[in-house]
Amino acid sequence: MSVDRRAVPLLAIEDLSIEFRTRSGVVQALDSVGFAIKRGETMALVGESGSGKSVTAYAVMGILDAAARVTQGSIVFGGLELLTVERKVLDEVRGREVAIIFQNPRTALNPIRPIGRQIADILLRHGNVTAAQAPARAIEMLARVRIPDPKRRAAAYPFELSGGMCQRVMIALALACEPALLIADEPTTGLDITTQAVIMDLIAELASAHNMATLLITHDLALAAEYCDHIAVMHAGQIVEIAPKQQLFASPRHPYTAKLIAATPGDTTRLDTLAAIPGGLPDLRRVDLPACRYSARCERQSDDCLVPPLPRHGHGDGRLVMCQHPL
Amino acid sequence: MLTAPLLEVSGLRKLYPMVAAKGWRRAPASSLHAVDGVGLTIGKGETVGLVGESGCGKSTLVRLLARLIDPSAGTIRFAGADIGTVPARRFGRGKERAHIQMVFQDATDSLNPRFTAFRAIADPLRRLSRLTGTALRARVEEVARLTGLPPELLGRFPHQLSGGQKARVGIARAIAVEPRLLILDEPTSALDVSVQAVILQLLEDLKQRLGLSYLFVSHDLNVVRLLCDRILVMYLGHIVESGPAEAVFAAPSHPYTKALLSAVPSLGNSATRERRLKLPGEPRSPIDPDPNVCPLYGRCFQATDACKTTMPALREVMPARHVACHLPALEAVPRAGPPLEPVAAVALRG
Repeated sequence: MSVDRRAVPLLAIEDLSIEFRTRSGVVQALDSVGFAIKRGETMALVGESGSGKSVTAYAVMGILDAAARVTQGSIVFGGLELLTVERKVLDEVRGREVAIIFQNPRTALNPIRPIGRQIADILLRHGNVTAAQAPARAIEMLARVRIPDPKRRAAAYPFELSGGMCQRVMIALALACEPALLIADEPTTGLDITTQAVIMDLIAELASAHNMATLLITHDLALAAEYCDHIAVMHAGQIVEIAPKQQLFASPRHPYTAKLIAATPGDTTRLDTLAAIPGGLPDLRRVDLPACRYSARCERQSDDCLVPPLPRHGHGDGRLVMCQHPL
Repeated sequence: MLTAPLLEVSGLRKLYPMVAAKGWRRAPASSLHAVDGVGLTIGKGETVGLVGESGCGKSTLVRLLARLIDPSAGTIRFAGADIGTVPARRFGRGKERAHIQMVFQDATDSLNPRFTAFRAIADPLRRLSRLTGTALRARVEEVARLTGLPPELLGRFPHQLSGGQKARVGIARAIAVEPRLLILDEPTSALDVSVQAVILQLLEDLKQRLGLSYLFVSHDLNVVRLLCDRILVMYLGHIVESGPAEAVFAAPSHPYTKALLSAVPSLGNSATRERRLKLPGEPRSPIDPDPNVCPLYGRCFQATDACKTTMPALREVMPARHVACHLPALEAVPRAGPPLEPVAAVALRG
């Protein structure tokens, strides 16, 4: 069994529900999450903290915490069902076909191994290189993510590099085997705005050069707007709306999306018109969670919002809204 | 701001000695120039934004102004009094401590996890305002009300509060002792976008009601634009540009400011990516920098020969706008038309 890079779509998540068993109860982290990414497409997963963005990414990578349990759904990547596939096959897929850039490069990199060695490790495991070729290829990768003086830097340890440089190393690691899908989990959080621009441009450039699909996970709607074709908005473990970027901003259909856009400061926003979203995420440990988890914060809520099923309004053109009373 | 400024700083420097041991001998001392000759003013009732990338000296400058650390050189005058010469240790016990207060970056990290919200707010009141008993309780409840914190939450510990509520405790604690200058270090960076607006509006409201002045440190330029009257752009220990916020945003003058503003992502405007100005490479080393080279030299896309032989001084290029760059000399003549209008608007409002 192997991955078919030409599968359409490349990644399809359907009806995925995940819960975490904790001492204080079962947390229903994801509820019927579904979306698809085609080859070469860039998709953003946007939402507040705790909305389940990272859990979705970790589920694709198969690196969920031991307390997590997938209660329903499927994750099909390149024709393979990742949730049931053998461990041996999964090991071949991760790193080679799907790669992830973690939020904090300082904790994700091995602190006691030179960065060149860390890249060579991945190449030796997944790329068809010999032990003699690996160091040179690692230096080549460092050059590709524009680390100045890559030959000397290959021997550096993560603590010797700045945050932006470490994130470049993370990108080099992720892209070492030219994966078909790149998951970038908040790749620029904690970086400066100028560095953020450089890193995001680099990801976009390398992705388009290799026709790689990208899933960008971010809480920053403006960042998603700038780099992605499609945007999926998440709230409390549910995807509330998926739409091509232009349509999402021109005419958001889910009340939460509209609020999120109004709450994001832009070029022309004034303080008195900047919106806040009342309330917070519901307690996901509750047994009686309403069908629409946004209903308690929503101005348009009615009694039908509380009972399942949550309607899905499709609009052809790749738009999907999960709401009883869309705008 | 026609009256004397509340805070007046000039020639402020903070050097950290770098002692590198070589065998049993100490190597010749070199020093890290964290803040290198900064001058600024903050008027009464003014909100000044301080922006710049990490490592540029923002935090050191803020700590100097809050008198948590001692400057190596320069003067800090607050409400007419020279406070720069008072050792930080003694300043913490003096009555002026209450006049300059700080709201720290991440409320989760800056609140004592073993203190209830009440105790967190009461602590500075006990120490600085010498309040006890019912007077103390009344004042804590009053500032909780001012910051929109429900009084029934005062008995809770930080882990029992939401991000927005913790931010309110951090603000309540700072304004409790009736400061005149509030230093806000990235007050919303740890908050979700859904509560960001509420906290920003609360800060604006408090400023109006209590007549505070703010120094607002942030790297979210979209937030700075919302709240600030004037902004200071800092790079490698130097202020490289200052001016009315709207004017600087409309027409940045220093190459670093231009690059910074062009990097701000904006909603539904993917055109910014094409016209982005990039700064290649990394900032110069802040250790023993050459005093005759512009700090941006090496990354600047407009560098000339003059940039590596003379350090550009901060000078007025347009009314109320200062830039430390050799280049704006070419366009120093105030241009008529749009870029200047916001300046006039701000001046009138102030």
